Amino acid sequence: MKQIYQLLLRVASLCGIFVLVTANTPVLVPEVSQDRISIRGDFNGAQLLLFGAITYPPGTRNADQADIVVVLKGPVESIVVREKQQIAGIWINAASSEFRSAPGYYAVASSKPINEIVDDKTADIYELGLDHLQLSPAGAIDSRELDRFVGGLVDLNSRGELFKNLPNSVKITNNVLYQARINLPASVPVGDYTAETFLILDGRVAAAEVKEVTIEKIGMGRFITNLSQQYGFLYGLIAVFISVVLGWSAGYLFRKM
Amino acid sequence: MDIYLPIANLSVNAFVIVLLGGLVGILSGMFGVGGGFLTTPLLIFYGIPPTVAAASASTQVTGASISGVAAHMRRKGVDFRMGGILVAGGMFGTLIGTGLFQILQRWGQIDTVINVLYVLMLSSIGGLMFKESLQSVRALRAGKPLPAQKRRHHPLVANLPFRWRFYRSGLYISPIAPFLLGLLTGILTMLLGVGGGFIMVPAMLYLLGMGAQVVVGTSLFQILFVTIASTMMHSMTTRAVDIVLASLLLLGSVTGAQLGAKFAQRMRPEYLRLALASMVLLVAIRMALGLGFQPDEIYTVQPL
Repeated sequence: MKQIYQLLLRVASLCGIFVLVTANTPVLVPEVSQDRISIRGDFNGAQLLLFGAITYPPGTRNADQADIVVVLKGPVESIVVREKQQIAGIWINAASSEFRSAPGYYAVASSKPINEIVDDKTADIYELGLDHLQLSPAGAIDSRELDRFVGGLVDLNSRGELFKNLPNSVKITNNVLYQARINLPASVPVGDYTAETFLILDGRVAAAEVKEVTIEKIGMGRFITNLSQQYGFLYGLIAVFISVVLGWSAGYLFRKM
Repeated sequence: MDIYLPIANLSVNAFVIVLLGGLVGILSGMFGVGGGFLTTPLLIFYGIPPTVAAASASTQVTGASISGVAAHMRRKGVDFRMGGILVAGGMFGTLIGTGLFQILQRWGQIDTVINVLYVLMLSSIGGLMFKESLQSVRALRAGKPLPAQKRRHHPLVANLPFRWRFYRSGLYISPIAPFLLGLLTGILTMLLGVGGGFIMVPAMLYLLGMGAQVVVGTSLFQILFVTIASTMMHSMTTRAVDIVLASLLLLGSVTGAQLGAKFAQRMRPEYLRLALASMVLLVAIRMALGLGFQPDEIYTVQPL
């Protein structure tokens, strides 16, 4: 029920933006440095530059204090989070919780800490910040336990550099130009990403724009992945062939020596 | 040099992986074991997902064992009859292992089962070998050879029906015993990415009572075929074999295996066995402690 309520709120607020945009409010013109990130054999992470301008309609004054929040979000998937507990002296997976919409990557960059820009309710609606992720937990679960699992997931992914809060990392120049840099680790999941930019004035979302970014494997890596997914038998034969040839030829060379 | 692993989805230092393969290769050449029981834990420690580590390690063991098999065949150190039965058991084992792998993965207990299995087997086998080899080494030091023990198989093995003659092994026993041994190692290969040599070699010596001159060659022969089967099963079910990772490991291990085989010729077998036993025990102790210590990660994520 809570989720439906939040969804309605979100739809309502997006309509609200639309109405507002047609009135005399600023407009966002966002851009990303690359809309396609290719993972090659030497891929070791990447940096994405998200930048753009806030344009104010003629006749209005530039806002004194505009805040920008940029959310880069990776492919959403269903996951199960397992929790280890010590039972009879050994640590085993004892509890688990399923989430229907966990992003594989989530970074939020903002010009000030999120809680200084918007209230919790707005942050929940737009999923601004790691404390406000909407993961769609499956099944009945009490909120204390849920918080524990969400905390575990966020902590795990934060240390893996897949989830990050980057307060004070959006640089705004003259209340018009903004830019943020977000690092992607080598373990970044492939798929379709969205880069959402929010312009926030006086604690309210005044404008929002979305850009799409695709992260994909190319070349040999892509070939290997496709082969392993679609032609498992052939892939296995190739793997065996490589190991037999390498093993055999090393043996042959050493015998000659 | 960083290189991206397409199946593991992360980048690793190629040099470190080749070195790791080389280290394991030296051990496998010296002791006639595949070395998978070291590769898998080390890869996991390096940050490779456990399933990818186990699957790719079994591919690596294939390459590491092939030149050993060839070498032992030339000096007639492979009992093909015994090896054939072990392979047949191993094939069934990989099938059972595939089913177990999927069930355990669904329950989220695969990691615990892997760890507990490691501890139980490594500690019992390591203990057995350690005791035996220590006695031999002491006898060697004292200068008086151990009273030549009559080689005999375990009473349980002796009681099995349908006896066959295994000429090269010097045995007259039921094929059921090696079949079951092969089956067990097949399951382990699938679950743990180990070739099973560290179980097979002592089991052949102490349970079956095989002649020492064919133990290592026959064990490698079985490992070769069972790891091939395991690579194929993983490629078709878990799809976790990373060819790039396996190739890097192989580059190191095939070279290491040759060096290891050269070392082994210069060392006395008693010391070699003592060294292997100590290593197996060390891994067992480390893993047993790991079960009791609070793990680094309380939470783990698995896609549905």
